[in-house]
Amino acid sequence: MEYIQILILALFVNNVILSQFLGICPFLGITNKITTCIGMGAAMMFVMALCNLITYFIQIYVLNPLHIEFLQTISFILVIAALVQMVEIILKKVSPPLYQALGIYLPLITTNCAVLGIAILALQKNYNVIMSVYYAAAIAAGFTVALILMAGIREQLELVDTPEGMKGFPQTLIIGGMISLAFMGFAGLV
Amino acid sequence: MNLKYFTNGLWKENPTFVLVLGTCPTLATTTSGFNAMGMGLATTFVLLFSNIFVSLLKGFIPDKVRIGAFVVIIATFVTVVDLLMKAYTPGLYGKLGIYIPLIVANCILLGRAESFAQKFSVFPSALDGLGVGLGFTMALTSIGCVREILGSGSLFDIKFVAQDARTILLFIMPPGAFFTFGYLFAMVNRYKKGQ
Amino acid sequence: MAKLESSLTNMVISLSLISAIMAAALGVTYLLTKDTIANVERKNINTAIQQVVPAFDNDPFADQFKVNNGTDTFVCYPAKKASQVVGYAVKTFTNKGFGGHISIMVGFLPDGTIYNTSVLEHKETPGLGTKMTDPKFKNQFKGKNPNSYNLSVKKDGGDVDAITAATISSRAFCDALGNAFKAVHKKVLSSNNAAVTDSSAIQKGGLK
Repeated sequence: MEYIQILILALFVNNVILSQFLGICPFLGITNKITTCIGMGAAMMFVMALCNLITYFIQIYVLNPLHIEFLQTISFILVIAALVQMVEIILKKVSPPLYQALGIYLPLITTNCAVLGIAILALQKNYNVIMSVYYAAAIAAGFTVALILMAGIREQLELVDTPEGMKGFPQTLIIGGMISLAFMGFAGLV
Repeated sequence: MNLKYFTNGLWKENPTFVLVLGTCPTLATTTSGFNAMGMGLATTFVLLFSNIFVSLLKGFIPDKVRIGAFVVIIATFVTVVDLLMKAYTPGLYGKLGIYIPLIVANCILLGRAESFAQKFSVFPSALDGLGVGLGFTMALTSIGCVREILGSGSLFDIKFVAQDARTILLFIMPPGAFFTFGYLFAMVNRYKKGQ
Repeated sequence: MAKLESSLTNMVISLSLISAIMAAALGVTYLLTKDTIANVERKNINTAIQQVVPAFDNDPFADQFKVNNGTDTFVCYPAKKASQVVGYAVKTFTNKGFGGHISIMVGFLPDGTIYNTSVLEHKETPGLGTKMTDPKFKNQFKGKNPNSYNLSVKKDGGDVDAITAATISSRAFCDALGNAFKAVHKKVLSSNNAAVTDSSAIQKGGLK
């Protein structure tokens, strides 16, 4: 039951992009094509789940026992950066087709605040390790949903004549606002 | 005296309205003028010191590990800000919450270290950090003020409507962030075209 | 200045050196701010305790203990006057708020009646969910005993008047209070109640 609740919360009610404002850069930057969004979403899910797994152990077995919780930010960001690099190298060696599909998105993920943000949030929520990884996957699914919705609209919008000043980022932001407004309707769901 | 290093980040290369970096805090922390300004100034602090230290240490950092070294420097100052705010501005810290540690993932910081501080000496780097930081603060504060006026009927926590008056709450909710940023962005674009 | 060559030794030395300098800077800041941060947190907790339980003369912060309701663990601060327990302040939380986490200090009298509440932390929508700090909403809990008072909003068949247009925040508030009550009830109140019933039974027995 709790698993379903987390999924619904992550997909609709507290969508990571539309209501928590984490990982906005790819939402504004790469949402030109739906296929790109699916690739980005898959890469994101993989990295976030892995990061949550590792940061969980760092927090519980290193930071907490040594009472150096204040080093959380610095240790997590280094772990994430190293992890993304490692995943890139391993994917390249082990599975070239997968690397072809996800590889180009991996560098973009290193500086994505959603990865670090969700790792910290999962710890704040006192999830156990399985819940934490599941939570990351659910959040990434919500991330992908928002990206795909946006890309679908933008693909149509290319054919429309919009005012000069609104072209590019402004119109993307305003569409984002409308999607976010629509998602507020899910508020009472859980 | 090269003041252009300072003014560059304020307007010509404004991180929010021109380079469109660090959009997450721009949308998330602008629910009121004060919150937005606090976030902007915290980022400015980190930017100033990370630029100074990257510039000081640039000779000692081999090229291949530069990104790692920059991240260590940036993360250090983010943690310093985090601790200082926890100690001296607990109210603001509570409101900004997770977005303070997330300054570390703000692309503005790595961007300035990579494109400016590692090429210039300490003084211009400090000016650049200050300029870009204040440019970011200005943009955030303006978005924050618009949202606060429309959404709460107040400006910098000074209320100018009746206590229980109906305001356009939408503007302090998530969609309002997108709308305000979008329309201000369009206005800046329009102004630049007109020039 | 010429850049250092990217040889392995150089990379290792450079990174270790930078890490060492930064670690030193961090350590100093941590030590300088540690006490202030602890004081701020302690002061916040103490102010909240004073608001939610009747007057006391002990140091509830020093006497704190953990209570558990089966799923979550909360910190409980017992307030005593002349060594007699006058109330329990429980730092409770819920993750069901509109903005996620909400942390509330709630005070119970020894019989389980809610004395008062104080919201410590929340990320609810300004102007809507934030009204849970208004007296109009939180005063309705005063003097209610969750044993007889249904801690859920009227929409769900409970006794609580929800904040207009912020049912989720109201539900979360009730959830946090309910969690705390369950935990305290399990550990302290039930034993107290048992003691009370026992003594009253004895008294009754004595009267006969």
